[in-house]
Amino acid sequence: MIIDFSRQLHYVWALLPEIILCVSGMVILVVGVTGKYREAHLAVEGELEPGRSDDLGWLALLSLLAAAVANAWLYGVTEVGVNSMIAVDRFRLFSNWIFLLAAVLGILISFAYVYRQRLQAGEFYALILFATAGMMFMAGARDLIVVFLGLEVMSIAVYALTAFNRRDRKSAEAGLKYFLLGAFSTGFLLYGIALVYGATGSTNVAVIGEIISSGEGSRSLLSAAIALLTIGFAFKVSAIPFHMWTPDVYEGAPAPVTAWMSAAVKAAGFVAFLRVFMVGFGDHSIYALWYPILWWLAAITMVGANLIALVQTNIKRMLAYSSIAHAGYLLVAIAAANETAAAGMLFYLLVYTLMNIGAFAIVMSVSHHSEERLYIDDYVGLGWSQPLLGVLLTVFLLSLAGFPGTGGFMGKIYLLLGAAESDLWTLSVILVLTTVVSYWYYLRIAWVMWMKNPEVTGQYDRITVPLPMRFALLVSVGLILYIGILPSGALEFARASIEGLGTFGGGLLGQAP
Amino acid sequence: MIEVLFYVFAAVALGGALGVVWAKSPVGSLLYMVATLASLACIFVLLEAHFLAAIQVIVYAGAIMVLFLFVIMLLNLGHDYQRDLKGGAFSLLSFVIIGLMAGVLVRQFGENAITEPTAGGRAIDAALAQHGAVGAIAQPLYTTYVVPFEITGVLLLVAIVGALVLAKKGGQ
Repeated sequence: MIIDFSRQLHYVWALLPEIILCVSGMVILVVGVTGKYREAHLAVEGELEPGRSDDLGWLALLSLLAAAVANAWLYGVTEVGVNSMIAVDRFRLFSNWIFLLAAVLGILISFAYVYRQRLQAGEFYALILFATAGMMFMAGARDLIVVFLGLEVMSIAVYALTAFNRRDRKSAEAGLKYFLLGAFSTGFLLYGIALVYGATGSTNVAVIGEIISSGEGSRSLLSAAIALLTIGFAFKVSAIPFHMWTPDVYEGAPAPVTAWMSAAVKAAGFVAFLRVFMVGFGDHSIYALWYPILWWLAAITMVGANLIALVQTNIKRMLAYSSIAHAGYLLVAIAAANETAAAGMLFYLLVYTLMNIGAFAIVMSVSHHSEERLYIDDYVGLGWSQPLLGVLLTVFLLSLAGFPGTGGFMGKIYLLLGAAESDLWTLSVILVLTTVVSYWYYLRIAWVMWMKNPEVTGQYDRITVPLPMRFALLVSVGLILYIGILPSGALEFARASIEGLGTFGGGLLGQAP
Repeated sequence: MIEVLFYVFAAVALGGALGVVWAKSPVGSLLYMVATLASLACIFVLLEAHFLAAIQVIVYAGAIMVLFLFVIMLLNLGHDYQRDLKGGAFSLLSFVIIGLMAGVLVRQFGENAITEPTAGGRAIDAALAQHGAVGAIAQPLYTTYVVPFEITGVLLLVAIVGALVLAKKGGQ
């Protein structure tokens, strides 16, 4: 099928996965307030029969499946008129796979939590679907206005999900913090977009790229605009020094929400970041302006986050700082700004989604789907009393650390390849050194789990891993090991997805600013 | 003349914004916010965006602010509050950073002052000349920007759902 953007109706076809998600989100909202689901969140513990809210979750999974089919169908579509508002390119479709995967895993691991904490299932699953649609808008946006709106749809849904657990004060606090800081950072982003329009007279990323490479556009306005856009995106991907919210929000938010959003929101922020900066500001003259900013941002984020993570005792906070560190590694790809780095970033985001959701899911089941036992000392001897969980968590941690044989290792290799292609040697050395530092805090948990003798026995007997979560964990581990041992398939896929994205400025300066 | 007026309104807008943060009672904050929004409307008039100015006054300074005022008075939040802003080193630091940023911007724009309209300014002028103040917004809104317009609908739905979830009574 040919999509011709001069006909408005064809936007419906181009946006089919997003439309499916939005419509089914509304359907789930309506089903959630009818009949037997309505009073579920008011029930006292023990009164609620298990599995009552599950069918809403299955409905959400079904609509994600439908969106995945639509996404696959879009591969067979050719677009006419390249400067349309929505891109139908492989970059967007690959990003959509990441978001869909994250949402499926996120919903699979939240069944038991939603039931135990008696959350309002309809709103919970619907908001996850809306947020996923927002992420897809961001990935497919070729217009800064669509980037902004997609970001807002995603963010507002995530703010609400963060504060979703009304029984937990920490959840409300985290939601408020995230909301206030997020609204503030969105202001920066919007101001940046306004200045870009002022300088170039367009909000279309492709048109902006053309105008800039033709030498037009006031460089003073553009440099201010780029600074503001960087702040806006750096907040969403939680790079230091815009990371203050991350540990508090990851600690306070409901556990499955943390697992899902730590991967998906970051992925959405990065793909929009990549498209805007590489296609819009990819020209050599302007790359020289923003490359030093990204260089320092990446360096500070990698060093700072890994050092702070060393001293964390709460495992959720440790994983939060680890996710900030991973944002630093991914920023290297944006600073490198070449095709290898971009493909490496997509590959890394895919692996990161799998391993991060997996690690958080296990933390969640150890804490009994509520908010207890979150300290690293609580993991003493877990490996021997729950061997399956122990092995899975070890694999996730090794992959997060970047151990050979896991997907995380291959991801880092490809990020390094991309950095090397742009001659970012100092940054590559920092990446490797901070990775070595990160081994300490990842392996400490593995050590505590397997090597340390517990003082009390039998404290893990009550741990149950529900079937959907078990499935999600096994899928994640299987994919991580598969990608780690046979990476070429996934990498080829990521590489093919980058083709035709746009101009790349990378590899021009090379050395440290 | 226009430049002088711009600086006056910009100063009022900024002063109002500071007042929102610093006012002791919520009602005071709100009135400062009305001042900010009204002077923004005046700046829109100076930019010849008359339609936007009218919308700004009717929707923001009018309807939304009145609603805010109702809510605050109905909830009886009108008394004075202890200031909960953290003082000390951090507020000093933030002012230093703001000063540094302003310095960088002044230097940047002092060196390469923008004297003639930029591409964005020209694009807006062309749209205004072609469609008029209302048409320049209405025409693209339902043609070129129909996709963002629809996404805004989803955004509002999400915001309403989120607000209801958080505000609804339930649990303990």
